[in-house]
Amino acid sequence: MTTTLSRPVDVFDELRGAQLPSWGPRAVFGLAVVVGVGTYFLGLGVFRSVVLAWFICLSVPLWSLAIEGKRKATDRLVTTLVTSAFGLALLPLISILWIVISKGSKVLSTEFFTYSMRNVVGPGGGIYHALIGTLLITGAASVMSIPIGLFTSIYLVEYGQQNRLARWIRFLVDVMTGIPSIVAGLFAYALFALIFGDGIRLGIGGSVALSVLMIPVVVRSCEEMLKLVPNELREASYALGVPKWRTVAKVVLPTALAGIVTGITLAIARVIGETAPLLIIAGTTDSVNMDLFKDRMATLPVFAYSSISSPGFPPGPSIDRAWGAALVLLIIVMLLNLIARLVSYFFSPKGER
Amino acid sequence: MSTTQATRKAPPVRPGDRVFAGLSTGAGILILVILAGVGIFLTAKGIPGILAKPDEVKSGQHFLPWVWPLVYGTLIAATIALLIAVPVAIGVALFISHYAPRRLGQIFGYLIDLLAAVPSVVYGLWGIQFLAPHMVPFYAWLNKHLSFIPFFGEPSATGRTILTACIVLAVMILPIMTAICREIFLQTPRLHEEAALALGATKWEMARLAIFPYARSGIVSAAMLGLGRALGETLAVAMVLSVTAGEVTANLIGSSNPSTIAANIALNFKESTGLSVNALIASGLVLFIITFLVNFAARALVERRSEFSGAN
Repeated sequence: MTTTLSRPVDVFDELRGAQLPSWGPRAVFGLAVVVGVGTYFLGLGVFRSVVLAWFICLSVPLWSLAIEGKRKATDRLVTTLVTSAFGLALLPLISILWIVISKGSKVLSTEFFTYSMRNVVGPGGGIYHALIGTLLITGAASVMSIPIGLFTSIYLVEYGQQNRLARWIRFLVDVMTGIPSIVAGLFAYALFALIFGDGIRLGIGGSVALSVLMIPVVVRSCEEMLKLVPNELREASYALGVPKWRTVAKVVLPTALAGIVTGITLAIARVIGETAPLLIIAGTTDSVNMDLFKDRMATLPVFAYSSISSPGFPPGPSIDRAWGAALVLLIIVMLLNLIARLVSYFFSPKGER
Repeated sequence: MSTTQATRKAPPVRPGDRVFAGLSTGAGILILVILAGVGIFLTAKGIPGILAKPDEVKSGQHFLPWVWPLVYGTLIAATIALLIAVPVAIGVALFISHYAPRRLGQIFGYLIDLLAAVPSVVYGLWGIQFLAPHMVPFYAWLNKHLSFIPFFGEPSATGRTILTACIVLAVMILPIMTAICREIFLQTPRLHEEAALALGATKWEMARLAIFPYARSGIVSAAMLGLGRALGETLAVAMVLSVTAGEVTANLIGSSNPSTIAANIALNFKESTGLSVNALIASGLVLFIITFLVNFAARALVERRSEFSGAN
């Protein structure tokens, strides 16, 4: 007994075959980082030093091929590739955040938030009119989409369940999530042009276009949340003689409230950055317009777009303002995402976290 | 027995119930009406544009010869974006679901989701001001060493080419595809994975034997949803290319580029009047039909495998 117990490690080693030392891959990765950073500071350029470091990482599979054989080497190669795919996906994120923050933060000032672009040539001016427009248009879109989306999801979960109409609605809502945003804009334009004549530009048209994009997102997320409400709660309510609509309003909806708020916030975050439909139907202007039902209305994304596409002369200040507007937009969207996550983290019923 | 049967009345239908059921059903039907409305209004406004004579529109061409290069550009841009994004998305999803430590995996997932939160106008700005200038030396290199492939002809000096637009598109469709793939990879039955590992498979062999066969149709539908997004994406392409009339060319890195339907609408809508607007709307209808078919196919594929649900 004692002899077999004292030598199991050697037995396993014989069965297992040769292996890379466990510090091997980490050491190579560390070497790659050091070489990458070193060559960057020696003036090789970001791109080339990253590629060089990556090739050094590829030596792990080769080393493994020499010692461990083909199967293990393939496994290590895939591990390297999968990890570098993640790194590759992070590159644009980091680069976008860095460039937007560094270029955008230069123009942020009190003037930038409180002035419109009316009669501004060259430097100065701000995004007040665009901020107002974005809030009004997105607000109106939410007012239209949230009831429609919420009631549809109630229909799907509480009334329709698996009948034919519900299945069709579910399927077409999924298809609707794929409508290109510019098509939604053209739809709103075609609708209002048939009513008011060609060349129409209206803030409310932007809201209609955004609703087409927002409703499916609201329906899907609310449906998922309502489905999570346990059936026992509904049955307990029915057993007390509560009518179905009061059960839905007083039991099901409050239980799912945190999830619904999260879903709606994410839906707003999705449409608030939409540019194409607003470019078509809401247009752009330099002045503050508070009336959704009259004339053109500037919005943040369209403001950023038109500042860069027709900057005027000299182009510098306009391009700076475009970056500033992009930064403000990015902050709004990230804040909405953060709020959504916090709501679902703190307010969802216990056990669902 | 019979008396109890006779005395049991149907439960009273309360007015509140009726209103509530009506509201919910109405909302559901309204959605179908809206979707039908999108098709109907685009058709109503688009048909005059399809029928317009060459001298009545800005482009000076019949509808089909005018829209064909745009369809070509749309399809080629979306396809290349997909070719770039699919392997990366599968890799990232696999990394998050099976390679990263479990706790970190969730955080990494959030990071990738952040990419989906970036508005398309910000992607456009990034594409013009950061990516395009940085791609110029790379394009010169491609032209120098690979010019025997027709894709890599005379390079553009600004870097604002269809290939740059494709890379931006690939980044934009990456998060949704990653999210769906990740979701399906996580749904692989644990016993299949453990059985593969117990038979001595390495992690990669486990992925090939247990995860990929299970996730195949999910990966395909994720790719098709990504394709739908790429087909319809407007602003990023419009800003990077900024060409008013696209042309059919195989050169992906040249200074004259094919344009896409969506980008063409965004760039020309402001200056167009009369029948030119109708022609743009008709091209939008073409785009709507293409994306509708792609999404329809993707969703039908997901529906067929009813075990898979959850990701959208």
